[in-house]
Amino acid sequence: MELFINLAINGIAMGMLIFLIASGLTLIFGLMSVLNFAHGGLFAWGAYSGVFFYVLLDNFWLGLLGAIVTGLLLGWLTELLIVRPVYGNHIRQILITLGFMLVLTEMLKVVFGPNIINAPTPEMFQGSWMIGDITIIKYRAFIIAVGLILFIVMYSVLKYSKIGLIVRAGVMNKDMIQALGVNIKLVFVLVFMVGSALAALGGALFAPSSGAIYAEMGLEFGIFAFIVVIIGGMGSIPGSLLAALLVGLANTFTAYYMPILSMVVTMIIMLIVLIFRPQGLFNISGVSNK
Amino acid sequence: MTQPLLRVEKANTYIEQFHILQNINFEVQKGELTLLLGRNGAGKTTTLRTIMGLNPATSGHVFIKGEDITSTPTYKIAKKGIGYVPEDQGIFYELTVGENMRVAMMHEDDATKERLEWSLELFPDLKKFWKKPGGQLSGGQKQMLSIARAFVNETDLLLIDEPSKGLAPVVVEKVIEAVEKIKDHTTVVLVEQNFYMANRLGDRFYILDDGLSVHDGYMKELNENEELKRKYLGIG
Repeated sequence: MELFINLAINGIAMGMLIFLIASGLTLIFGLMSVLNFAHGGLFAWGAYSGVFFYVLLDNFWLGLLGAIVTGLLLGWLTELLIVRPVYGNHIRQILITLGFMLVLTEMLKVVFGPNIINAPTPEMFQGSWMIGDITIIKYRAFIIAVGLILFIVMYSVLKYSKIGLIVRAGVMNKDMIQALGVNIKLVFVLVFMVGSALAALGGALFAPSSGAIYAEMGLEFGIFAFIVVIIGGMGSIPGSLLAALLVGLANTFTAYYMPILSMVVTMIIMLIVLIFRPQGLFNISGVSNK
Repeated sequence: MTQPLLRVEKANTYIEQFHILQNINFEVQKGELTLLLGRNGAGKTTTLRTIMGLNPATSGHVFIKGEDITSTPTYKIAKKGIGYVPEDQGIFYELTVGENMRVAMMHEDDATKERLEWSLELFPDLKKFWKKPGGQLSGGQKQMLSIARAFVNETDLLLIDEPSKGLAPVVVEKVIEAVEKIKDHTTVVLVEQNFYMANRLGDRFYILDDGLSVHDGYMKELNENEELKRKYLGIG
């Protein structure tokens, strides 16, 4: 039983990390219908800038803040220079964002060097708590807490705030929301920046958890995030959380009990969901560029 | 004559390769309800979309209170006090009636709240179904929501596109009564193919045909001109 609980906690922590990456993407891909394959690059930049600012300023929280600011800036530039000319054209979005992903990856090597970089765990989150035979690693508990807080904030903002209503309405009918006096282009830039900042924050939180970061990590995790968004249902924050937890738990349990399956379990889950619920576990309709 | 509230001057609008509006001219005086009449495909909806900047004119001009808004973004045009009720009503289907109204409110001041209250008195169904998703309303209720939403902000000019389309006669009567009350508060441009409704509400008319404004005048003149009605509106 203790083993099961330990694995479950690890799986939830992994799921929360995936949620942090996927939550930004579900805003960009799900709500704005932009296929942003550079999203993983923002995750990697978040990891690098988080570690950079943490080490430079000797403050973990400032490291996270540095990653968020980096994500906001890169998100703004990505929207302005890369995505804006290709709104509404998925083929062009795939081509240009994939290209930009490679640019972001190579730029990391130029700025931070080509070698793997160690990512220290902050002192306050080192070690673990023991509750009976159950081991709770402090940093994983922290990740779970951050993931939950971000979920509640994002869900509440989208569901209840005026800006959340505007974003949802803008996705359903872009012409109409403009005819009601809303500058939807500006709103979409802000959504893109927030989505990018979430990816960067995910990267910064992931770094101490893995202990080392490398430039290509964005390529791997970007695809992972897309799969979670598809499983969860495009544009759905609760769907992304559920899918991320599902994937995190499935990966952790299969890695322990059936390691041979752990590489493909995410694909199997996606396959099953697409067969029985092609719209994903949760779905908000009206996802279009109308 | 005083400066018109709205003036469209030699406007040409293309949608993809199609030349929809061809040198169209018309004026709307403050306080009047002006009808845009014509057969399907005459360019009535495109005219409203051109005024709103959703299909901007490629040449010519659109003036509001003397200000050229031809190249102004749609959201800025809306902020100048232009309300728009599109042909498909433009309801945000997954948002509740209340959320549809809230998202439209540019301000949450007392004046806006008063207009909201007034709209809810005008359309009691909206109050009744306040928490119901817009997509689950009947056609008439969607039309009422769309009109109320366009009018919730301070509106100098309200553009309404075929509000009677697809509605039962009894519901059309309700919409007519509502627009009659609204026209006491603001200037209205109404696109309508239902001549009964047009005749009940209109002060002036413009007939569009193949993207051109071919006739205009007061409704009384149109009523007396059987030839015009037969030729351009298929009535008589």
